[in-house]
Amino acid sequence: MSALFEVEGLSRRFGGILAVDSVSFSLAEGEILGIIGPNGSGKSTLFNCILGQLRPTAGRVRFAGRDITGMRPSALARLGIGRTFQLLQIFPGLEVRANLLAAGQEHRGSMAGRLFGPPDAGLAEEVERMLAFFRLAHLAREPAGSLSYGQQKLLDIAMAFMAGPRLVFLDEPAGGVNPGMLAELGERLRLLNRERGASFVLIEHNIEFVMGLCSRVLVMAEGRIIAEGAPEAVRADPEVIEAYLGG
Amino acid sequence: MSAGRLAGPAIGLAVTILLLLLPLTLRGYGIYLMSLWAVLTIAAMGLNLTLGYAGQVSLAQGAFVGIGAYAAALLTTAGWPLALGMAVGVGLGLIVGWLLGYPALRVQHHYLAFVTLGANTLLFLVFRNEDWLTGGVYGIPGIPRPRIFGLATDDPLVFYYFCLAMLLLVTLALGLLLRSPWGRAFEALRENPVRAESLGIDTRRYTLLAFAIGSAVGSLAGTVYAPLVQYIDPYPFALGMSLNLLLMVVVGGSGRFFGPWLGAAIAVLLPEWLRFSEGLYLVFYALLVILVLVFLPGGLMGIAERLRLGRRPVAG
Ligand SMILES: Nc1ncnc2c1ncn2[C@@H]1O[C@H](COP(=O)(O)OP(=O)(O)O)[C@@H](O)[C@H]1O
Ligand SMILES: [Mg+2]
Repeated sequence: MSALFEVEGLSRRFGGILAVDSVSFSLAEGEILGIIGPNGSGKSTLFNCILGQLRPTAGRVRFAGRDITGMRPSALARLGIGRTFQLLQIFPGLEVRANLLAAGQEHRGSMAGRLFGPPDAGLAEEVERMLAFFRLAHLAREPAGSLSYGQQKLLDIAMAFMAGPRLVFLDEPAGGVNPGMLAELGERLRLLNRERGASFVLIEHNIEFVMGLCSRVLVMAEGRIIAEGAPEAVRADPEVIEAYLGG
Repeated sequence: MSAGRLAGPAIGLAVTILLLLLPLTLRGYGIYLMSLWAVLTIAAMGLNLTLGYAGQVSLAQGAFVGIGAYAAALLTTAGWPLALGMAVGVGLGLIVGWLLGYPALRVQHHYLAFVTLGANTLLFLVFRNEDWLTGGVYGIPGIPRPRIFGLATDDPLVFYYFCLAMLLLVTLALGLLLRSPWGRAFEALRENPVRAESLGIDTRRYTLLAFAIGSAVGSLAGTVYAPLVQYIDPYPFALGMSLNLLLMVVVGGSGRFFGPWLGAAIAVLLPEWLRFSEGLYLVFYALLVILVLVFLPGGLMGIAERLRLGRRPVAG
């Protein structure tokens, strides 16, 4: 069976440093893959090269049998690849509901339909579902910027799922989320994976969170993948321990 | 709560009655000022789309008013109906506005302000130097007032109602546009372009559209401006009008739908009220702008919002 998603020899240089150094990996449909590694090991840069935010210096990226290297983020999103950023990225001045509508509206129909069609782009029900799923329904009419940090984080993730993506990249989804909300967030992600069949690649520092969610983990250090395997095995790997302690 | 919900329609009704009846009590100059207000409000609403909703700075809106004014002036003085002038003016505004959007794909904020300022100067030079087409510094005199459904609009009062009807049409069209997913995409572009792009919103296309549509609305205003003043030369379309339109948007409330209505009223009326101060008028105006920028980021419409939502914190 061929992989849903494949990265081959991806590199990215910033001046003198090789932030991502010939990284290759693949992902099967329905899989949740974790990426861990010390700060500055190139995880976010890897995401940004895959997702069209940065141009890779070398390497190829394939999705569903198609070469997507260097495609623009909006084109990737419309192919069914969602993402969140390491730092919260929402539309703070718009209502929560409008944030979700904006997240879903470009994924079907035509430009003319978006001009002359219904203002909610036919997404009213999906927005309700998403609001209920992330327990944000009571905040639908509030400006997103007035929500608590944890609620904004949930909204950010909800936006990535509005269009029913096949593959979602999450950069530190648990970062800054309080412990009480963390279990809840993990549960939401597991449900999205099981019920909607979405595959994930997630960067995460919280090792418990990764353990609970991922069947396979990649470890990055200084731009390279230094270990790969089941979370428990990786955690015990001396080279991984060395990378964290040495970093 | 119910009183708050009625406030909007009540104000709308009061303003409509005022706009319909007030000119009946005015003489020539007052009617002219109200007509000018309607025309400038149209242009400012276009800029409000580009700047206030889509977040793209433009200091060239006055030049787009000029494009429309010249299109209308040239065609109507040659005997064509104003409707053709409007179609050509708006078409040119769309095309040139789309082109003006390209720099915005590369630079933002004050750099974009400089680029659009350069574009304004370039268009001004075209109006001034291409005498064969525009009459150069001598301008175009004798611009006729249109006939609307067979009705002559030579009477200032009748022409005022034509300006008002155009303003209401533009307001309705922009209201529908901004409620549509396009409007939401513009706002997403302003709020967070990187996030918008990652959600499938083609930010390049919407940036160009925001410039094209906002500029074309400015040109539409120009096609009404020309028969209002009946004589045009290049000088009103130098930087002055662009800056003035920018201030109308900012003072009224950038990104507030009715902000330009208020902003344009102040820009048109203030010089009249401050006539006694002669040269000091600009000082007062500059002071007002500074006060609004510092204390009222939401412009004058922002005050109304705060009164209405008194209990709610204003989102930062
Ligand atoms: N835009 C950039 N310009 C220059 N260097 C960068 C840029 N982005 C990241 N880097 C560098 O690349 C390396 C990897 O950073 P990053 O991908 O953010 O790591 P991680 O997400 O694993 O913490 C770091 O050394 C960082 O300083
Ligand atoms: Mg990172």
